[in-house]
Amino acid sequence: MAAWLVRRLAASIAIVWAVVTLTFIIIHLAHGSPFLPEQGQDIDPATLDRLRHDWGLDRPLPDQYALYLRNLARGDLGLSFALHRPVAAALAEALPNTFTLAFTALILDFAFGLALGVYQAARERRFGDIALGNVALFVNSMPTFWLGLVLLLVFAQRLGWFPVGGPRDPVLCPRVDSLACVADFAWHLTLPALTLGLVGAAGTARFQRAAMLEVVRQDFVRTARAKGLRERRVLLVHALRNALLPLITLFGLTFPFLLTGAVLVEWVFAWPGMGRLAVTAILQRDYPIVTAAALVASLMVVLGNLLADALYGVADPRIRVRAT
Amino acid sequence: MNVWNWLAVGGAAMLALVVVAEIRRRTTTGATGRRFFRHPAAAPALFVLAFFATVALAAPLVAPYRPYQQIDIEQLADHAPSARFLLGTDPYSRDVWSRLAYGARISLGIGAIAMLVAITTGVVVGGVAGYFRRWVDATLMRLVDVGLAMPRMFMLLMVVALWEHVPLAVLVLLIGLTGWFGTSRLVRAEVLSVREREFVAAARALGAQPSRVIFRHVLPNAAAPIIVSAALGIGNVMLLEAGLSFLGMGVPSPAPSWGNMIADGWPKMAVAPWCATFPGLAISLVVMALNAVGDALRDALDPRKETA
Repeated sequence: MAAWLVRRLAASIAIVWAVVTLTFIIIHLAHGSPFLPEQGQDIDPATLDRLRHDWGLDRPLPDQYALYLRNLARGDLGLSFALHRPVAAALAEALPNTFTLAFTALILDFAFGLALGVYQAARERRFGDIALGNVALFVNSMPTFWLGLVLLLVFAQRLGWFPVGGPRDPVLCPRVDSLACVADFAWHLTLPALTLGLVGAAGTARFQRAAMLEVVRQDFVRTARAKGLRERRVLLVHALRNALLPLITLFGLTFPFLLTGAVLVEWVFAWPGMGRLAVTAILQRDYPIVTAAALVASLMVVLGNLLADALYGVADPRIRVRAT
Repeated sequence: MNVWNWLAVGGAAMLALVVVAEIRRRTTTGATGRRFFRHPAAAPALFVLAFFATVALAAPLVAPYRPYQQIDIEQLADHAPSARFLLGTDPYSRDVWSRLAYGARISLGIGAIAMLVAITTGVVVGGVAGYFRRWVDATLMRLVDVGLAMPRMFMLLMVVALWEHVPLAVLVLLIGLTGWFGTSRLVRAEVLSVREREFVAAARALGAQPSRVIFRHVLPNAAAPIIVSAALGIGNVMLLEAGLSFLGMGVPSPAPSWGNMIADGWPKMAVAPWCATFPGLAISLVVMALNAVGDALRDALDPRKETA
């Protein structure tokens, strides 16, 4: 187990390093620089040179890369050009927002998805199953950001039940410190989390239905029914427990998906998370933030996979990993 | 919309029906075709795809206006859907239905071409890795690991934003070249099992070149998962294109794509919801149809795993 973990961790670090390097190369091979004057703006070339020198952008690329890696190894992500603050500070502010959003969406995703999948499997090939199956397929096929726009239009703009964007009320709740403000935060969170969660839930339901149907045909389920157990108990206790295993793989895949899917949802709902930070940074050529965002994103994928593999062992002793 | 446009739309629907009926008649003679059409959504999904493909090809007949034409910027911007403007007009007074029809060319075209690039690359890489094994396999699969961990949307955004004025062809190529990693894993796994079979040994014993063994003997027997992943992949590419265009970094603006139609209509969502709603519905419908066809294909090609 320990040897397996060490190998997986080493591989994970290598993958993250490769993604960061790739990002670094793409950024620096592109034309332009972060300190290009805008049209009509008159800046002394000497000032530009001084800025480039101050930020180390006039040095040869291999030097910049070596310096970046050396700082990274020490946990220093550098300074943001555009925000004039450490990248780590900007990330520390944005990451919790994205995590809250993605985590809430994940809970909605699995809660709705599981319930729907189990219900559909119980009513296999009957009206409820087919109707819900088509609805789920449709929702799963929507562009996430478009669903966000539609929810925004209906529930925020027309009905006025929810706010149109942002993480909290800027006047009443500049920071989340009282119970009322926690409620305000949750209120602001509802629509974006629902957007992200619903699209995912539709996929999870399809997955879960297939897993349930596979289990329901097995002998132990027939035995449970033959014992005279209620159908509800057979499905929810005997079958569901065994049908949860494939869901773990899905978990490893879903979380990174939610984080990247969050890019567009954050954009639509003006949610100050990683996605928004990253897209803005790309537009402003804020290299340190862009690289850091790529680092975080690939880290999430790698950790998600690692977590899923580890959870497998916990959930099913038969496939507990051996250190081979 | 004049009479001729309506006739053309009706003709497109008729043609799509005929196409589906013909496919059904020809394929249900075999067991695979029958399994495909046993999926409840297979026939309707094929119809949707055939319909939109026809509309895309016949866009000049189906659409009453040219996609770029600003009909009357003062009087007819944000005009609600009516008999003249089937799906309304957008903030620049362009006919949404006409843009939707022409946009189908771009959106479906990008989906199909990018997927073709992705599948080809994935099949070649997976085939080579699975067939030669050893260091070739190890090297290529580490590359795939990195590719899968790469935040795709983010990388594409970065390239498009930093390189400025990326031509559409390059964008399509990039989408394709960042989308083959999953396929290559799939193909590799399939090739690993097929290459051990007797007929492959026989082909090698007869002195066939590796390329001939891979492409003539191994891959055709590993085709099922490739076809399924292609069907599902087109949908993914379309969603990706929509997302990129929505952020203003996909298909450049005056050209109509379903993604940038949503982007154009978004700021006016409150007063003219039709501009952003219909292209989104079109994307959802087509992606749903592709997913359903993918499911049905899986049922048809792999009878052991039936999903519906």
